[in-house]
Amino acid sequence: MLELRNISFAAEDKEILKNINLVIDDAKFVVITGPNGGGKSTLAKVIAGIIKPDSGQILLDGEDITDWGITERANAGISFAFQQPVRFKGVTVKDLITLASGKDLSTAAACEYLAEVGLCAKDYINREVNASLSGGELKRIEIATVMARKTKLTLFDEPEAGIDLWSFKNLIDVFEKMHEEIQASILIISHQERILNIADQVVVISGGEIAQIGTKEEVLPGLFGVDTGCRYFQGGKA
Amino acid sequence: MFDDVLKKLLSQVADLTELPLDGAFNIRNNGHSEGRNSTENIQIVPKENNSGIDIYIKSGTKDESVHIPALITEAGVHDVVYNDFHIGEGADVTIVAGCGIHNCGSEESLHEGIHRFFVGKNAKIKYIEKHVGEGDGNGKRVINPQTHIEAEENSYVEMDTVQLKGVDSTNRVSSAKLAEGATVVIKEKIMTHGDQYAETSFDVELNGAGSSAKLISRSVARDRSRQLFRSKIIGNTECYGHSECDAIIMDDGVVAAEPEIVANNVDATLIHEAAIGKIAGDQLVKLMTLGLTEKEAEAQIINGFLK
Repeated sequence: MLELRNISFAAEDKEILKNINLVIDDAKFVVITGPNGGGKSTLAKVIAGIIKPDSGQILLDGEDITDWGITERANAGISFAFQQPVRFKGVTVKDLITLASGKDLSTAAACEYLAEVGLCAKDYINREVNASLSGGELKRIEIATVMARKTKLTLFDEPEAGIDLWSFKNLIDVFEKMHEEIQASILIISHQERILNIADQVVVISGGEIAQIGTKEEVLPGLFGVDTGCRYFQGGKA
Repeated sequence: MFDDVLKKLLSQVADLTELPLDGAFNIRNNGHSEGRNSTENIQIVPKENNSGIDIYIKSGTKDESVHIPALITEAGVHDVVYNDFHIGEGADVTIVAGCGIHNCGSEESLHEGIHRFFVGKNAKIKYIEKHVGEGDGNGKRVINPQTHIEAEENSYVEMDTVQLKGVDSTNRVSSAKLAEGATVVIKEKIMTHGDQYAETSFDVELNGAGSSAKLISRSVARDRSRQLFRSKIIGNTECYGHSECDAIIMDDGVVAAEPEIVANNVDATLIHEAAIGKIAGDQLVKLMTLGLTEKEAEAQIINGFLK
């Protein structure tokens, strides 16, 4: 269980997160949504340890991890799929998946993760994670990488962004399968209605604050009428 | 016949754990030949005064290799060697050179290997060169290799050069002159640390129509080490030239890149790319989110970069 208590963070005199309180229960599928610039990505980075909050506490299974670094949190069971995956000259797809799994992985085992995200493994497994890969390919490799970690909490920051050629259905299958197989908590930042639709819990963050928390049945009907990021996906209509 | 120091250096610079029983080789140690073998297709002939060797590779020789490591295992040795490779038309061979210095003494040990390659029409060679320095003495280990390539029509030359540790000072000079349809690909990997200094210069003349050259340099400068990368590609005809210098600097390392491209013909396409900088913060963060410590992440990034 992950618990955020009174988390606040400001940068350049602007309050990005204001007193956030949130509990992610075990094996829950939670989607955070809301307008761009509302503080969603910052919150994910605070959970992963990339950003240190100015105040508040973070607890993982009851243990205070507020002062823990990125590595410690990763080893304690937190994974983070970046919104914009990082490129590495010389590091191959197999290297990354092997590092992620934390053990020596056979090529066949590494390939299975690629197949899950719809990439023909033999074409990709030995490629470098460099500028020769498209944004969409990188994004799928990023997802395969966090899948290989099999941790109790996985954060995805806008996994749908850049996935042009691969259907959302497959992406959703991946999340559902992950959720079922490892009985882990999944926290996804997304604007996509179809991802919101499979959530156990939807959290709306706007202006650095939690505007609403509830089941999809409670939150979704209101989303498309209120001032949230979802309307941007309907062509910016008011 | 070989002691452990020599054996270790041989395996590091030439991947030789034992002598090749049937291949062509010449092993030079402290300026003297320690063993030589020619084959039917590859003749190794010593030059006068022990100043080097001529290697003759018959036209049409396929899938054969030549190993010519040069080692220095004593302090205070200054070894200068001239090796000339004459590669016959249509041959396809691998040449493994490389130099290892083990210096336990206080005097400087220096190796200068001047290699010339005369690559015949349609021939294809892969030239691998590794440089290693070791030993706990405070005598400097200096390696100054020169590689001069003349690539005839439609020949293909690939040169991989690696220097990853222990060489205090190096000045590498490479040049290539390419005839019609010839291709030269040079890949260089260098890591310097401590107070080391490495200088590299490439001079490539694209003289024949359809010739192409690619220079790829990846380097890491750590501690207080310094590096200078110079490249000059001259396009005299319809041709393609590309040089790429990527460097990571760490600690107080310094890297300078001085690229030069000269197009003397309207159909010459020449490109230079250079990037120098520290390890990107998001690369470290990404690997740390996979459970690596910052040091482990750094090592992983450097290993990949120089792989």
